[in-house]
Formats: sequence, C-alpha cells, structure tokens
Amino acid sequence: MTSFPQSRVVRIGAGAGFAGDRIEPAVELVREGRLDYLVFECLAERTIALAQGVRLGDPGAGYDPLLEARMRAVLPQCVEKGVRIVSNMGAANPVAAARRIAELAADLRLPGLKVAAVVGDDVLEVMAGSPRPLLEVGGDVASLGESLISANAYLGCEPIVEALAGGAQVVVTGRVADPSLFLAPLVHEFGWALDDWERLGRGTVVGHLLECAGQVTGGYFADPDVKTVPDLARLGFPLAEVSADGSAVITKVEGSGGRVDVATCTEQLLYELHDPTRYLTPDVIADFSTVQFEQVGLDRVAVRGGGGQARPAQLKVSLGRKEGFIGEGAISYAGSSAVARGRLALDIIAERFRLTGLAPEETRFELIGVDAVAPETLVSAFAPMEVRARVVARTRTRAEAERVGREVEALYTNGPAGGGGATRLVTPVIGVVSTLIERALVLPTVIFEAAS
Amino acid sequence: MKLRDLAHARSGDKGDVSNISVIAYDQAAYERVRQVLTPERVKRHLRGIVQGEVRRYDLPGLMALNFVLNGALGGGVTRSLALDAHGKCLSGLLLEFDLEETSA
Repeated sequence: MTSFPQSRVVRIGAGAGFAGDRIEPAVELVREGRLDYLVFECLAERTIALAQGVRLGDPGAGYDPLLEARMRAVLPQCVEKGVRIVSNMGAANPVAAARRIAELAADLRLPGLKVAAVVGDDVLEVMAGSPRPLLEVGGDVASLGESLISANAYLGCEPIVEALAGGAQVVVTGRVADPSLFLAPLVHEFGWALDDWERLGRGTVVGHLLECAGQVTGGYFADPDVKTVPDLARLGFPLAEVSADGSAVITKVEGSGGRVDVATCTEQLLYELHDPTRYLTPDVIADFSTVQFEQVGLDRVAVRGGGGQARPAQLKVSLGRKEGFIGEGAISYAGSSAVARGRLALDIIAERFRLTGLAPEETRFELIGVDAVAPETLVSAFAPMEVRARVVARTRTRAEAERVGREVEALYTNGPAGGGGATRLVTPVIGVVSTLIERALVLPTVIFEAAS
Repeated sequence: MKLRDLAHARSGDKGDVSNISVIAYDQAAYERVRQVLTPERVKRHLRGIVQGEVRRYDLPGLMALNFVLNGALGGGVTRSLALDAHGKCLSGLLLEFDLEETSA
C-alpha cells in the first residue's frame, strides 16, 4: 500500500440502492461527482434464489438483468475518469457477469478493461442435508429437503479488496454484505488492517448510510407540509468523502434534487437496524450508537464517531426455499355503501372457499383503503367513497392458487352490485431463511477477465 | 397531539422483524416521546400486526428511539401475504400514536 497524506479523501458514490433503481443518478454522479469509486447495491434477499433458478436453465445467465443497461450508461465515463466500480450485480453468476462486462467493454472500445468476479458465496453443496439449525423458524437445514434451492454465505470486504489490489476496474460479486461493498474500497485505499475494528466499524457506518442510495439524500423521506424534499423526480444519489480515520462527509452533486441534512442521515443510519451497538457484518460488529452528525454546508453532513468490535466468528447464510404459491384477487367497489359491499364480497369468498373445499395454509381478507395496512386501533368510522376488496392465500399448489383469483373475478356476475376492475395473480413463493456457517468452509476466490 | 407533531420516523425490514426509528424534532419533544412511547404502548397501538416482542433502544445523541418489532411482517417479506410486505407503512401508522390519550 502506498503512503498518503492524512488529509486525503476517498470519494465513493452510490449508483443504485436496489435492483430496479433509477439509472440517471449514477450517470450524474460519475459526470459531476469527481468519484474514485461507484458502488451499485442491487441484490435483495430472495433475488439470488430466483437468479439461481435462472442459471439452472441457462449457465450463462443468473446475473442482474439490468447489468448491461447500467454498465453501458456509466462504463465509458468511468474508464475515462478512472472511477472504479463495485457491485453485487453478479447475483447467482458473477463469472458470467464479469464476462459480459468484458464483452461490453470490447463493444464500447474500452480495450484491456480489467474485470474481476468474486465467487465462493454459493455454499449449497455444504448446506444440503446439513444439521445446522435454522435461525428464525426452528428445525434444521436438512428438514428443508428438496425445497432448498439456494444457499449463499454473506461474504465480507476481503475478496473485493483482493480484486482491487489486483487492478480490477470493475468488481462484480454475488452475495456480499451490503456495507462491505463500500468498506472494501476504503480498506484498499487507506490500507486499514482487517482487525482495526474501530475503522472497519466507521467504514461500515459510511457503507450503511450509502447502501440504499437515494434514501439518504431525501428519498423515502418526504411528507408534504412537515418534511419537504425538493425535486424528487431528479433525486441526486449520495456520495461520501471519506477520510483515513473513517470519518466522512455525506453529500450529493450540486444542483441535483433532494436534500442531505441531519434528519435524512439519522433516518438512514437507523434504517434496518436492530441493536445500535451491534450491527453485524462479516467484517466487524459495528457500533452505530456513538455516531454524530453535523451540518457543515448546504447538503453536506459530517459523520463522526461510531466504532466496532471483533467480527462475528461465523458467517450468515441465506437459504432460498420453495414454499408453494400465493394466489391473489382484488376487486373495487365505489359509492357510500362501498365498505358494506366490499365486506359482503369478502364474506362470499370465504364461504366459497368452504363450499369448494379450498383450504389454503394462510389467508387474508381485507379492504384496501380501510384495513389492509392499518391496525384495528386506527380503523376509523370514516367511510371512504371507494375500497378494493383483496383476498390473498398461500397454497401448496399452483392450481389452488389460481382458484383464489378466479373466485374473486367471478364476483363480477355473482357478487355484490357494482364490482369493478378485478385483477388476479399467482406467484411462486421463494422464502428465505438463514443459518450460520464456519468461516473455514467459505472460500472466496477472485477470477479476472479482461476486455479484448 | 399526535406523535407526528413531535417526531419523524422510518421503518425497515429484516426477515420477520421490522424496526421503526422515531426521531424527535427537538430536545423537549425527545424527552416527552421517550417518556410516553414505551414498547408496550407501541405493541398495543400496532395490535394485530406485531405478534412478538417489541424492544426499544434509546439513542440520546441522535434524539432517537429505535423500536424493534418481532413477528411483525407476516413471516417475512418473501412469504408474507400482506399488501405491504416490507412493513414500509408502519412508520406512518406509528406516527398516528395519540400522546394525549395515552398520558391521560
């Protein structure tokens, strides 16, 4: 690792906070953010299980479907400006993703672009039939039997650091803990030791603040009259200017939509957090409870404090399992008796389930606009002018799931007056449960590809 | 007075566990919210939704409380039948908590 002045800052941008995120904010960040690194976090819990299924059908597939669109949008500028890219868009097939990026680079006349794939998160072979206990639901992994379709260990920053040290301009991974995608460039640039728990903890704070992209710059925040956010249609994605001690400034490109202040940063710091003193990642047990924010300029918030203690002994494994199907149907009623007719519709469906012998494992009967989301303590006597009756059930077979929506649809001619806009849907359920694995059984590897 | 007059909130999901952060607009609001908004009251307010234990973590440096709601997401995002499987709406529902009614 080269030496550098203590005042040096590494600039990391967040190019996506979920698989379907907007593409232009990443382009804007590369164009105007003077970035060193651009990180795309695109891999939700169950996405990898679904991608695994895709890969089984086609060995060249199983990576993020938007990989190509995102790379086309940013790659030429990233190469020109020397911005390195880290992403978990490899999903179930990081090697195929790296190969695709290398091909794309050749198309875009970016010869010699070095792409690295991080593999080794797939531990399905170790898991099949294992007596390891399931963390949330009881029982063991073996009890999942044939329903188990994927098993991916959460990797930490180490293999990404190795890829960066090997000169990769783009690093694609499968399952890696989200903050680790951001921690890796910091460890690489600043030469932080992998047992420097305080700095790893602070870097994890920064990664956590950035990992949902627009959620720290004013997305998922606006509440008209109370908390306003300017120009959400052009929301700017965040970038962090990180110092060698792990402190940082969170900001966004000047002139972009959104806002960065202590309130947006505090909401995002606590997002998906349980015990603030113990935020577990493969790299560190980070302490968020001592983090302090200070507004240091327009849309600029300084992040100080935070720390960490020794990383967990074991790694978390996310297990995808087939859990039958969800069948759903919905239909609207309007007018001052909308609620009464909606309730009648729900009663009819419940009776139809009994008469036709449909016995789902779990059901919900609700009125959207009244009690679909709100708890009983908040359901008021106010009568809305329109409601949507919704029936949803989990079933063992697809055929049973189909019957749920069909029964709702049949309310058109067999149900209460004025039912309209019936829709139905069947979705296979890929549930996710987790277990733990010894680190020694997880062996991440970096594979390099170069554009011709 | 509703909680939304004193604080803002954000909910997140992890498996079958939801967390709702409640962040006060100022120090006086924080003291009041901290006194009134016990885990028991949060659980009662969200009854029918939260099946398990509710835990509260205090972050005085951020004028924030973090509520961790076990069994709040219909078995988890991936298998839940709920319209809002992630529980994203829970923050808006908690902000409707009536502080007057509770302290009376």
